[in-house]
Amino acid sequence: MSAPLIGVLALQGGFEAHERVLRRLGARTREVRVPGDLDGIEGLVLPGGESTTMTLGIAREGLGEPLGALAAAGTPILGSCAGLIMLDRDHLGLMDIRAERNAFGRQVHSFEADVPVRGIEGGPMRGVFIRAPWIAEHGPGVEILASVDGHVVAAREDGMLVVSFHAELGGDDRLHRLFLSGLRERSVVGEER
Amino acid sequence: MRDEATFAVKTGLAEMLKGGVIMDVVTPAQAVVAEEAGAAAVMALERVPADIRRDGGVARMSDPEMISGIQEAVSIPVMAKARIGHFVEAQVLEVLEVDYLDESEVLTPADETHHIDKWSFKVPFVCGATNLGEALRRIGEGAAMIRSKGEAGTGDIVEAVRHMRRITGEIRRLATLGADEAASAAKDIGAPLDLVRDVAEQGSLPVVLFCAGGIATPADAALMMALGAEGVFVGSGIFKSEDPPARARAIVEATTHWQDPVRVAQASRGLGTPMVSLESSKLEDEQLLAQRGW
Repeated sequence: MSAPLIGVLALQGGFEAHERVLRRLGARTREVRVPGDLDGIEGLVLPGGESTTMTLGIAREGLGEPLGALAAAGTPILGSCAGLIMLDRDHLGLMDIRAERNAFGRQVHSFEADVPVRGIEGGPMRGVFIRAPWIAEHGPGVEILASVDGHVVAAREDGMLVVSFHAELGGDDRLHRLFLSGLRERSVVGEER
Repeated sequence: MRDEATFAVKTGLAEMLKGGVIMDVVTPAQAVVAEEAGAAAVMALERVPADIRRDGGVARMSDPEMISGIQEAVSIPVMAKARIGHFVEAQVLEVLEVDYLDESEVLTPADETHHIDKWSFKVPFVCGATNLGEALRRIGEGAAMIRSKGEAGTGDIVEAVRHMRRITGEIRRLATLGADEAASAAKDIGAPLDLVRDVAEQGSLPVVLFCAGGIATPADAALMMALGAEGVFVGSGIFKSEDPPARARAIVEATTHWQDPVRVAQASRGLGTPMVSLESSKLEDEQLLAQRGW
């Protein structure tokens, strides 16, 4: 299998850090700013950044509909922090979750912590939480992967994987490996058909 | 184990601001305009640099009442400025829980010798720099984000270009040095040796680098991104122009699409007149804000 092509939404935010991790793991990356940039990608990352800025950018560029189509087609999507917010009911509405923005508080309350994540082996991940959201509500189809202080900070639904922290800043590439392994499973299933 | 205010947490917020525009605002209403235009953060202050220049006198930290009002009005990060060396203003702003603190040459310096010891704060700091040595001295003091100083309140981009080219040029030069040349380079630019070694190895600053000081148009913002800025601060350029909401949206769009001249052209159309500008080469020495701090 050739190196998968992963789109990284690059309207604003921490997209470069995701690209570095993905390239280190052997994937090709493409920065996504307009709908045409989504053509041919096999997976998509919605990075952290300011969710208001991203929401406005998605509307300005007409990216809402094509992103929805991508998710409907089962393309694996990884969302971190603002990327998690983008996928919730109140924003793109692609996951059955409701994110609470800046739930852990302003920047002086931002923190890093060891977070055990279901499905990730080898001990807890080092999560960097920057003005981070948590998942306040979720539907029955959502699998909870991690919590901090009783608040949900990682979840999965269909091909979508979301975390409210920044794995891409912690030097730990296991979450991105999990995301890329979802791509491989999908291509194996596709070949069997 | 849970840790607050680590360097990763401080630099992490700057990472999330990348590719974004941070706008100076003086009222909650302006903050809302900035947020609705797509600003990644706002800088809350009493007077924009153009007015500080015009009015003269001592420019200080803003009224906490006014900063709190802006914090209540928007959900994006709110930054505020303290005077160079004025660590008590910084403590006050930390109590207010501003998200980033700018130890800024735009305000009148409180200390001509010592900058704030930024390691002793939980709130992260951004500092201005005109060259690599200055940037690394600030990082050595604990700054978690650097911006070019430019010449604030002029609407003249030339100083920001000079500072950004100097910083990125000096980084490229360091990256070509042998390991045995680092100590002498550190002495030449007056920067901590460990940071000089780090820059030489990585080929970049250990923190995010934004541009500030003189951005008035979408093309100015795109130019600075092309020169290596990872995002832009716009001070007087938006709310001193004829149509602030349109100009704010346009600068956000040009900052995202800086590599695409068609989009920058589109964003530049019909914005009305920009801010009233001053040519920085015509300013007297004592009017140059970028010379404040070392």
